[in-house]
Formats: sequence, C-alpha cells, structure tokens
Amino acid sequence: MSESSDKSLFEQLGGAAAVDAAVDIFYRRVLNDYKINRFFDNTDMDQQAAKQKAFLTMAFGGPANYSGTDMRTAHAKFVKMGLDDSHFDAVIDHLAGTLQELNVPEALIKQVAAIAETTRDDVLGR
Amino acid sequence: MTEQKIQLGDQSIVCKPDETLLDALLRENVDISHSCHQGACQSCMLRSLDGIPPVEAQHGLKEGLKKQNYFLACLCYPQQAMRIAHRHHTDFMTHGTVIAKQALNAETLLLTLELDEPMDYYAGQFVNLQRDDGLSRSYSIANNRIHSKQLSFHIRRLAGGRFSAWAHEDLNLGDRLAVSEAQGLCYYLPDKPDSPLLLIGTGSGLAPLAGIISEALHQGHKGDIYLYHGSRDLNGLYWVEEMQALAEKHANFHYSPCISSGEPPEHVFAGRANDVAFSQLTNLKGFRIYLCGHPDMVNNTKRQAFLKGAALADIYADAFHVASASLE
Repeated sequence: MSESSDKSLFEQLGGAAAVDAAVDIFYRRVLNDYKINRFFDNTDMDQQAAKQKAFLTMAFGGPANYSGTDMRTAHAKFVKMGLDDSHFDAVIDHLAGTLQELNVPEALIKQVAAIAETTRDDVLGR
Repeated sequence: MTEQKIQLGDQSIVCKPDETLLDALLRENVDISHSCHQGACQSCMLRSLDGIPPVEAQHGLKEGLKKQNYFLACLCYPQQAMRIAHRHHTDFMTHGTVIAKQALNAETLLLTLELDEPMDYYAGQFVNLQRDDGLSRSYSIANNRIHSKQLSFHIRRLAGGRFSAWAHEDLNLGDRLAVSEAQGLCYYLPDKPDSPLLLIGTGSGLAPLAGIISEALHQGHKGDIYLYHGSRDLNGLYWVEEMQALAEKHANFHYSPCISSGEPPEHVFAGRANDVAFSQLTNLKGFRIYLCGHPDMVNNTKRQAFLKGAALADIYADAFHVASASLE
C-alpha cells in the first residue's frame, strides 16, 4: 500500500466534493437506463438527487445516517412494482461506471461496490 | 465556543457549544422538518434574517439559496446570535396601490402596483398578493430589478379562479393589496455572464422569464439567451411583438413563440415549447435553464434538460400550482 493507506476510503475518493461530482453523472446514467428508469418516474428530481447523494456518501465510506429499516421502507413500494436483483445489479453497474468516468482506481471502485452490496437485502425487502 | 441565542419568530432558544442548530431546535421541541442530519436531504433548511450564516452550513445548496442566506440547521454551529426563519416564511411586508391595468390578451392581465416602500427582490421571484378578506395568491414579478417600488404581474384568468376573476373584473386603479416579501429560486444570477441561458415557459409563465431576460440584458449578459414561450393557440401568446423587438435589438437574444395546436403563422413554431426547444438545442452542457408554467411541463422538461446534459444545480424551475381548475 502507498502512503495513502492510513486515509479512509471516503478521504481517498475525495470526500464530499467527490460525492458532488458523482451525483449528476450517476443520476443521469440511471435515468437513461430503460431497464430501471420506470422506478424513478414521478419523483421530484431535487429530492431524488438528495437521496442519491446520501446513498453515494454511504457507498463512498462516508457517514451513513439511515438504517436498514429506512432502506426497506423507502423501497417497499418498488418491490411491489417488481424490483429485483437484476435492477439492483444495474444500479451497482452504474455506480461503478460513474466512478470509472471520474477516473477512480479500480481497487477503490471495488470497495465502493462492496459497501453498496451490503444494502441489497434491505433494498429488496428480504 | 459559547452559547448562542437563537430567535425564531417569537421563540427564543439557546444553542449550546458543540451542538448543531438542528439539535438545539429539536431539544427545545421546535417543530422543524429534518431527516438525514448530514446535509444531504436539505429538509431542515432555514434562512438567516440578520446576515450571512456560517459558510459550512451552506454546503451543497444552490447558489441562489446561498445568496439569500438559506442554510442547513444540521450543519450549522452558530458562531453568534442568530435571527432565523422557516423556509416558507411568508409575512406580508408592505402594501401596493394599483397604478395600471392592461389586457395582454383575452385571458391575461398586466397589473402594475406601486409599493409603499422599496422591495429587495431578484427578477423572476414571486410574491403573494392578498386582498382585504385574506384571499391570497402567488404571482411572479414580470419586471427587472430597476423598479424597486413598481412591480408588474401577469394575471391569467383561470376557470373558477376566485382571485384572478376578481383581479380582472373588480380590482380598480387606486385599490390596495398586501404584498409579501419576494420568494422563489427561479431568478437571474449574474455570476456566469458567458453561459448560455435557456428559458421555457407556458402561458403566464412568460412573466418571470421576461423579468429574468430583461435583467440579464440589463446586466450585459454575454452568453446566448433562448426563450421558448408556448401556448395551445395564438390567443394564449402575448408580448410577441415586444419580444421580437427585443430580439432585433440584442443579437444574443433568441425568441421562439410556439403553439401546440393549429397551423402556425410565420415566425411561430408548431409544437410544445419544450419539444421545439430540444429539437433546436441538443446539448445543454453548461447551460443555465429556467422553467416556468404548467407543473407537468416543468417536471418533464426538467428531466429532459438534465438528460441533455444540464447540471441539476443549473436548472431553476417554478411550477405554477393553481388553487382552481387546471391551467390548460
């Protein structure tokens, strides 16, 4: 490991500024994906972007102030609409694609994907 | 750090050292919306009434909000005593006298008020107008900032609209109305004079957009300014000649009136304003976008603009939600 090894993942990625840079790219990718964008219809875009920001902050290893129960409650109506593993996988792909666009090293992208992965069962209501 | 005194309306509380303002308000059982406690959801947004709030409490807010001293309670460690207000603070602050009424078209009235005292506002913001019996409605300011005591509004007569019908028929020159402070985040910012602007409005959504354009040109905005004004038919359009004249005077201002039904005459485009705009402007990277009018148009167009490359923080929208029947 290099001299950055004592820094947290969140710091290595660039902290809150990195989240700001990522949120538009990530959200645009999600809305452009016909496989999942129906889950994002009829939502207030500013509120939605704020939620995505909270999610990215958590996935980047930053402070997470919502619980698994919050994730379950928030996604329950989408599970009824048919939300399943394929949709979750698509979101994880967009998360990785966003970080690739921002030239984040693969090793860090893997760590981010691993954190996001921990929410799978809560999001899918299992 | 020491304790700081916080004034919210007639409530006075103390924020302890190393305590966020949100925690202090919640400890005192003040009713304030909140969710993430980390500056992401922005639901605990408040406004400082006596100066600039701590800079870190404004992290992530849009420029317009920052300039108006909005901040997030969950990120705020008060450095001094503060006077704060809830986000939707709508005290009526002054009165205005009707000094002009003019028909813009069959359904839209240009109403001009002379205020008792000058008002601080940005072109594109709105105020609440209130008549004697308390009935009040929000209307966008249609002029630029040069007139701090004179405000003009485009009042469209709505089916079943109590305020608009009264304003059209029974409001007379010399009558008085209460006027709230200016609100709203859809307004011209002079910080990027070279960036292109795209403004899309339906019906009386032209009012704030006309104010924004007038302000931008007055401030010497250098980037291209594109206005798309839409209505169902020609009867719903107005200020066509005025906008055409403005476009002839300013090479960087481009005006496209649009009608969504019927055969358009020369210089008018067929189709919805947002569709016409996006057929002509395909890449919106670096644009600042202003959207005013019917809520469905505003929401759809916001999404389209974002997908065509506009940054979400650069999209300013003002959806006209109405109390009576639908706009169109």
